[in-house]
Amino acid sequence: MLKFVLTKIGMAALVALTVSFISFILLFMAGDPAIAIAGEGAPAETIAAIRSQYGFDQPLMLQYVEWLMRALSGDFGMSYYFKQPVSGMIADRLPVTMMIGFLGMSFALLLAIPMGVLAAAFPNTIIDRLALGIAVVGQAIPSFWFGLILIVIFSVNLGLVPASGTGSWTGYILPTIVLGYYATPAIMRLTRAGMLEVLSSDYIRTARAKGLKPRQVLFKHALRNAIIPVVSLSAVQLGFMFGGSVVVETIFALHGAGFLAWESISRNDLPTMQALILIFAMFYIVFTFLADVLNAWLDPRLRTA
Amino acid sequence: MRLAVIAAALFLPLLLAPVANAGKADDTISIAFSKELEHIDPYFNTAREGVLLGNAVWDGLLYRDPKTGQYVGNLATSWSWVDSTTLELTLRQGVKFHNGEPFDADDVVYTLNYMIDPKNGAKNTVATSWIKQAVKIDQFKVRIITNGPFPAALEYLAGPVIIQPNEYYAAVGPAGVATKPIGTGPYKVVSVEPGKHYVLKRNDDYFAAAKPKAKVETIDIRTIPDINTQMAELFNGTIDLVWQVPSDQADKMAGRGNFQVLNAPTMRVGYLSLDAAGRSGTKNPMTDVRVRQAVYHAINRDGIVKALMKGTTEVINSACSPSQFGCATDVASYSYDPDKAKALLAEAGYPNGFEIDFYAYRDRPLAEAMIGMLAEVGIKANLKYLQYAALREKRIKEGVPMSFLTWGSNSIADASAITSEFFTMGGEDDARDKSLSDLLEKADSSVDPAERKTLYKQALSTIADKAYWVPLWNYSTNYIMSKDVSFTPTPDELVRFYEIGWK
Repeated sequence: MLKFVLTKIGMAALVALTVSFISFILLFMAGDPAIAIAGEGAPAETIAAIRSQYGFDQPLMLQYVEWLMRALSGDFGMSYYFKQPVSGMIADRLPVTMMIGFLGMSFALLLAIPMGVLAAAFPNTIIDRLALGIAVVGQAIPSFWFGLILIVIFSVNLGLVPASGTGSWTGYILPTIVLGYYATPAIMRLTRAGMLEVLSSDYIRTARAKGLKPRQVLFKHALRNAIIPVVSLSAVQLGFMFGGSVVVETIFALHGAGFLAWESISRNDLPTMQALILIFAMFYIVFTFLADVLNAWLDPRLRTA
Repeated sequence: MRLAVIAAALFLPLLLAPVANAGKADDTISIAFSKELEHIDPYFNTAREGVLLGNAVWDGLLYRDPKTGQYVGNLATSWSWVDSTTLELTLRQGVKFHNGEPFDADDVVYTLNYMIDPKNGAKNTVATSWIKQAVKIDQFKVRIITNGPFPAALEYLAGPVIIQPNEYYAAVGPAGVATKPIGTGPYKVVSVEPGKHYVLKRNDDYFAAAKPKAKVETIDIRTIPDINTQMAELFNGTIDLVWQVPSDQADKMAGRGNFQVLNAPTMRVGYLSLDAAGRSGTKNPMTDVRVRQAVYHAINRDGIVKALMKGTTEVINSACSPSQFGCATDVASYSYDPDKAKALLAEAGYPNGFEIDFYAYRDRPLAEAMIGMLAEVGIKANLKYLQYAALREKRIKEGVPMSFLTWGSNSIADASAITSEFFTMGGEDDARDKSLSDLLEKADSSVDPAERKTLYKQALSTIADKAYWVPLWNYSTNYIMSKDVSFTPTPDELVRFYEIGWK
């Protein structure tokens, strides 16, 4: 198990390094950062001054190594746009993103797993079709549209929750639903497929033959095995939620890290974007790693895979 | 039953959640900004929103009356040119900053000398790059020395140049100002969550020499990036005023009848720049004046404005915004005439037209409409749609044969803010016409307004005659506000918070 964990850590570190390098290089390809910082009306002298002030005239590899060294000590530099330390800004905004990420994930799991189990327990019935229907709708609706529909119904027409902001905890309700619903279909389908497979296996037949109650068979015996791939998927989905809450945060004006990413992309704020890409990628890497370890613990056969 | 109680317990707080209903009752105007402002100090941001906040919280030495276009004294009471590079100003006495610090010459000298020093990293360098030094003469008299003759100085002193309190600024620096700004203006800032939320309160002690005292007590500004969410907040009554609303959205809101929808022009203009100097290759057809004129004749500007732009948008013929000083509008213009365009192309040796790259960075539907029109006369234009920074970089480095661009002149109501940016041999000068450049440099440095007008007229006529640009249209913006709000937009798109009132 230790060897397995160490190998996974080594691989995770390698992936993180690759991501950092690619993100660094890619962002420089989106146009001259000096022009982007100077803004739309800036004269040429300002742009030249910015170029030397920020060191954009230095070789790219040198800029990367310098950036990486500072990043490793938690210093992501100053935001070109907001003129504040990037690490401080991210620390300020990440809690909002993590909050809606965890809430959204909880919502998705609470909705998707029971739905998946029920669909598998009653295959090809109205329950199964209903569950699949909900999943298909969730996959087909873009979040920006779904978010707006919820705003129109619950905020404009019913006046129950605010349309934007986190002034009160009620501001988290709609973003949680939008973000969570988006993750629901994949988890639901995987739970259903896993359950169907497990339910047709020999040990379930034995359990049934022993006269166990259907509920015990489903939730105690079958779900435990069917859940293994769902753990991996949920880890990836959670990483996605942290990185991908850009749309939801923009619609609901939540000022989290996703919104910050959107702002920094539109303003070519390189240090902020680079830090965010790295942090979001780290979330993916860490969650995937944890899921691998958790699965290996649940199923020892995976340790040698 | 137990379930029902739990459900009620869960949902009751929802129903009791306070709905922030600002408005006439508590004398609060709620405004939405579309983007997060980088820094509240106008010298450390270049965003329009920053200009609006700056205007509400700080004062300039002069003020330009938006109705008459005349300069009047604000923090200065009188001013005169000592020579062509020295402006002397007498300052107003008895003015106090929001923290009680008295205003005098030290504040002016400190602010200007601080902002022009590159090591202090001010971002809005356009505001002060023309200043060489500020010198104190006595407690209420200062001199501003310019880098060279600069007649547009008064426009800058009435615009982006605002005055900070020297003692406070020296103590807290830009980082302190970011969360607790202090000015002399009609509004004081009572709370700042950088980028997200600003609350302004009326300054009841405002000296109100040029700008009036504020009408509404509180201005509450929140950043809401999504336009649809802004509309939802308007419906909820939690936002009273938004602008830069796309026309289709504005039309829908106007149709509902619960809101006031207004459209007003801005200083931003659209144009096609044609590579007459052959920077993108000497075989480029745009080096031939007949081809450039053919392009001009091929574009149905009126048609595009009527069908796609609406509002107060109008076709322009000069390479500037009609609201700018020196922007002569009686220059040559080329009617929409595809046949004439074809004839000119044939005369230039392109009877079957040619293929060319057409660069753009915004307003894709407008670019596509123009490409369709060019195709009708035989010019096959391939759209290259880039990020602004990428397009500007390419233009400066190697030039592009043809590009659709816009320019807002940083709201400087002087033709030099556009003509001199693009026709004085700089990186984005596609004409590279030495005589035109000389003419503009003369116009920019003359201190005689009549002479300047004549020179700009000559320069703009040259640009039109040689069809270096195809000037297209001015942009307009849509304002949507609740029925209770009383506000009249001005052509400079400067939302003066202190002018907003209730009906």
